[in-house]
Amino acid sequence: MTADDADGILVRVGQVDKEFKRGSEVVHVLGGLDLEIPNGEFLALMGPSGSGKSTLLNLIGGLDRPSEGSVEVGGQRVDQLSARKLATWRARHVGLVFQFYNLMPVLNAQKNVELPLLLTRLSRSERKKRASLALDIVGLSHRAGHYPRQLSGGEQQRTGIARAIVTDPTLLLCDEPTGDLDRKSGDEVLDLLQALNKEQGKTIIMVTHDNHAANRASRILYLNKGQLSIDPVD
Amino acid sequence: MRSVSQRKGSSAAALFGIAGVVAVMVGVLSIAQGVRKTMDGSAVDENAIVLRSGADSEMMSGLAGDDTRIIAEAPGIARNGDGALASPELFVIINLPMRSTGTDANVPLRGVQGQATAVRDSFQLVAGRMFEWGLNEVIVGTGAQEEFAGLEIGSSIEVGQDNWPVVGAFSARGGIAESEIWVDAAVLQPAFRRGNSFQSVAVKLESPQAYDEFKNSLTSDPRLNVKPQREAEYYASQSRTVYNMITGLGTLIAVIMGLGAVFGALNTMYTAVSSRTREIATLRALGFHSTPVIISVLSESLVLAFAGGLIGAGLAWLAFDGFRAATLNWSSFSAITFAFDVNADLLAQGIIFALLIGLAGGLFPAIRAARQPVAQALREL
Repeated sequence: MTADDADGILVRVGQVDKEFKRGSEVVHVLGGLDLEIPNGEFLALMGPSGSGKSTLLNLIGGLDRPSEGSVEVGGQRVDQLSARKLATWRARHVGLVFQFYNLMPVLNAQKNVELPLLLTRLSRSERKKRASLALDIVGLSHRAGHYPRQLSGGEQQRTGIARAIVTDPTLLLCDEPTGDLDRKSGDEVLDLLQALNKEQGKTIIMVTHDNHAANRASRILYLNKGQLSIDPVD
Repeated sequence: MRSVSQRKGSSAAALFGIAGVVAVMVGVLSIAQGVRKTMDGSAVDENAIVLRSGADSEMMSGLAGDDTRIIAEAPGIARNGDGALASPELFVIINLPMRSTGTDANVPLRGVQGQATAVRDSFQLVAGRMFEWGLNEVIVGTGAQEEFAGLEIGSSIEVGQDNWPVVGAFSARGGIAESEIWVDAAVLQPAFRRGNSFQSVAVKLESPQAYDEFKNSLTSDPRLNVKPQREAEYYASQSRTVYNMITGLGTLIAVIMGLGAVFGALNTMYTAVSSRTREIATLRALGFHSTPVIISVLSESLVLAFAGGLIGAGLAWLAFDGFRAATLNWSSFSAITFAFDVNADLLAQGIIFALLIGLAGGLFPAIRAARQPVAQALREL
């Protein structure tokens, strides 16, 4: 996946509305939102709970669809893809990092990292090699045979990051990646994300509540009442 | 599948629920199989039975002594040193108490002539001796001896005003004759005021191919009004009513219990899907399509059902196969003894039924898992 035009924009969100129905009530989460994210940027999205940060992240990652407007990633209108094509697109181009790691409890770290590679045509040995490399990048080679319950929170999140980068995606979407970690583990995870951004050129969008985490990003945007601004919310 | 160990309780409940259904289904149907096997086991290709025309069973038939002599002269009947292998027989019912319940049952008492044992290859005296021709003595089938009280050798049965001693026991390779008591027809006729009449003639033909000639000769003889049948046809028609009744009942029970088991499986699989909501959503977020999710849920349900089916079928086989009992042959209104027959077909049917339960129990939860909105499911704890 490459940036979609000469000015190097990777993600282009245009006039996006998003509504949810809660019983008979319609909740407007995002209203006419525009956003452009250049290739190679590390963007932090902040805002109060319920402001729509995760919703925006899900729209960009093709996990949800906008009620109105367009979402374009690498020149691809993801809001127009069928569910099946969207799944294939995600597997190829997006790495997801979750707040609660979302590792499979019955698989060890190595197998968890290998999971996205099952969707490729790679041989078993090639899958194993790539998963080992990803674990090496996050500094967890020595924990490859351990199951999630045997890993600390920080180690689990680093395993989650290894799983996110194993397919070498251009875009990493991180939803509160340090939200469940202590400061030290959180810093390790942020160091890792920063390195992936600077050394490997990954475009990263990180949703966070934590100013300390957001300060690691190259740009911070604040979401409030369905709109983005560069100024913190009061 | 590996996550089954995290839901041991509900998985075990579904598994044993299905096992119970299969065990009951196989158990009940093995009764019908046992009855049919007993009947089929009685049939020999070159043997035929002759009844009065219009009679469906020996109970409804009646043949004059002269008729039986004409039948014995028909072409195609095999012969030995004592003449044609044709046995005119009398068939009556007496009451004897069942060993298991003490209640009276209709036990068939067959009056035979000298060629009866030669006509039936399977006949084998296994204890005591043959009755003396012309005396009030009886021999009893091993099946009857097991199921009905008072048939031990040395004891005697009450027939009318008399007591007839039991002097021997015979087997018939598990066939229906084992449910019977045999006596000299010449003794039985006056005891039941039958004069010189019989109810059937059992014959052994020279070969199975000789049947057509034999049949044509009897049906075209103006002196006779009889219905010859191959033994296989006769016993098949005899077992049909009881087989259909037990199979119908067994299937009905299995379907009703099966519905219950489907709900058990549904509950288990909905629990499985619910407890794995985030796992499933994560897989789909990573790019897995709905199909593998459906396959994953369905395969878990089917594996549980298959294991339940195997356990149920195994239990039924251990508990029921070979278990001896008696039931009423609705065609002759007499008891037949038989062994429950848990055969390979029945085991396969039981396992297929279990898989159907698993499929029904897994399908809807699988569809729900595949249809859950990913973004929403990822937020669930």
